[in-house]
Amino acid sequence: MTASPSIHCRDLTLSYRRHPAVHHLTGTFAPGSFTAIVGPNGAGKSTLLKGIVGLVRPDGGTIEVTGARRSDIAYLPQQAALDRGFPMRVLDLAAMGLWRRTGPFRRIGAALLGEVEAALDAVGLSGFEDRMVGSLSGGQFQRALFARLLLQDARLILLDEPFAAIDARTADALLGLVGRWHGEGRTIIAVLHDFHAVRQHIPETLLIARDPIAWGPTSEVMTEANIARSRGLDEAFDTDAELCERPAA
Amino acid sequence: MTTFNLLVAPFLEFGFMRRALIGCLALSLSGAPIGVFLVLRRMSLMGDVMSHAILPGAAVGFLLSGFSLFAMTLGGVVAGLAVALAAGFISRTTPLKEDASFASFYLVSLGLGVLIVSLKGSNVDLLHVLFGNVLALDDPAIYLIASIATVTFLAFAVVYRLLVAECFDPGFLRSVGGAGGAVHFLFLVLVVLNLVGGFNALGTLMVVGLIILPAASSRFWSESIGGQIIAAALIAVVSSYVGLVVSYHVAVPTSPAIILTAGAIHALSLLLGRHGSFLRQMLRAQHLRG
Repeated sequence: MTASPSIHCRDLTLSYRRHPAVHHLTGTFAPGSFTAIVGPNGAGKSTLLKGIVGLVRPDGGTIEVTGARRSDIAYLPQQAALDRGFPMRVLDLAAMGLWRRTGPFRRIGAALLGEVEAALDAVGLSGFEDRMVGSLSGGQFQRALFARLLLQDARLILLDEPFAAIDARTADALLGLVGRWHGEGRTIIAVLHDFHAVRQHIPETLLIARDPIAWGPTSEVMTEANIARSRGLDEAFDTDAELCERPAA
Repeated sequence: MTTFNLLVAPFLEFGFMRRALIGCLALSLSGAPIGVFLVLRRMSLMGDVMSHAILPGAAVGFLLSGFSLFAMTLGGVVAGLAVALAAGFISRTTPLKEDASFASFYLVSLGLGVLIVSLKGSNVDLLHVLFGNVLALDDPAIYLIASIATVTFLAFAVVYRLLVAECFDPGFLRSVGGAGGAVHFLFLVLVVLNLVGGFNALGTLMVVGLIILPAASSRFWSESIGGQIIAAALIAVVSSYVGLVVSYHVAVPTSPAIILTAGAIHALSLLLGRHGSFLRQMLRAQHLRG
């Protein structure tokens, strides 16, 4: 396998209408690392993922992804962003993961179809191929999205609240899958809310509350003191905020 | 009156009825995929906005060169695209919500269009532009509609997978480097082309009905996109045919007859359709075992 991708953030600021969502972040997601991004609502967790994918442009500083082209990045957005009633078969949804190989025009032949079925099997959805996406429960829908991720076979995987609103059994199964990806040397970043799962399963953590609070091995980051500090974030941004004059690092 | 006299004779007897039928059938077929994707993208009202938006463009064409198919078509396409892009730009860059931004544009367009037509023409001209005259389609108009239908079909065949992906998960498409923005723009172009093609036959205000009503009804008959497109095409074809026959025998204006037929089929779909209709919901009251 080729070298695992890494991401370097240098004094990174990402904002919406000039109000920063991620403020002066510097650090590195190491090659092959598995990092949880944790923090209160409005802390900029999703924005950081969008910045890495290139959906949000930095207002200041840089994000540099090495070892992965844009098409080597798999990004799982928050579920709320998708129309769960879309008239599409589960098979078609998973098969979108083949995009890098099929593009918009090439045929999906028997061999590729076999891969799609295997991916659905791996997430426990075999037999659901011809069901419509709209008939799936929240957890099943999330599994179908994971089948799509499997097929993308990406070197860098970004997950935005992948286990929100799904039951513990499904979450465990999917977390197992993500663990296997980690074992294969892929670089993984996941926005998570479940502190317990983070402490148990994720080696690295970035705790963020608009400004970075702590970044490193999970056991050193997820201390009571750090978590208390992250909760001090005032969720609503200050409408009369003054210009940030912190000098660039 | 025999069935033959009722359903077939008008088309054998009169060339204008045959032309009207051919024009409406071409519009029905190419409007079907357009409508289904407009509904899927929650852009049903966008169709309405764009149909109003082509009005001032077509009116300028009319002002400059009278009832010239070329001038009015070109004006309509330019104005329609300009408004679609401007409305999208404003809703993306200002706090104004998309629907409010679209509504402002179409109200202004309507006012502007009516004003420009009345500068030169009479009320009859205005009625023609607003509500069309399907019984007066000439050869160039029919060729235009048929060409637009052909282009629409070819374009959908080429970009279908891109369009579905862009519709369901635009973020995903962008992340795999698919040309989401280009596909969206191509789709807008197709919408405007179909509206402009249709406006000669049904008028700027009525043509949207033949595109949106069958698509909105199709959701009750099929769960897949392909099935919905076929259902929408069938509904549009039936509406066109029945509308023409009714308007011939009862002597009522044609475009409203076609749109009201589509409306009646929509009501039937709501009540009796196979998926999610009132009838289905009543039948489902008794739950299954597993």
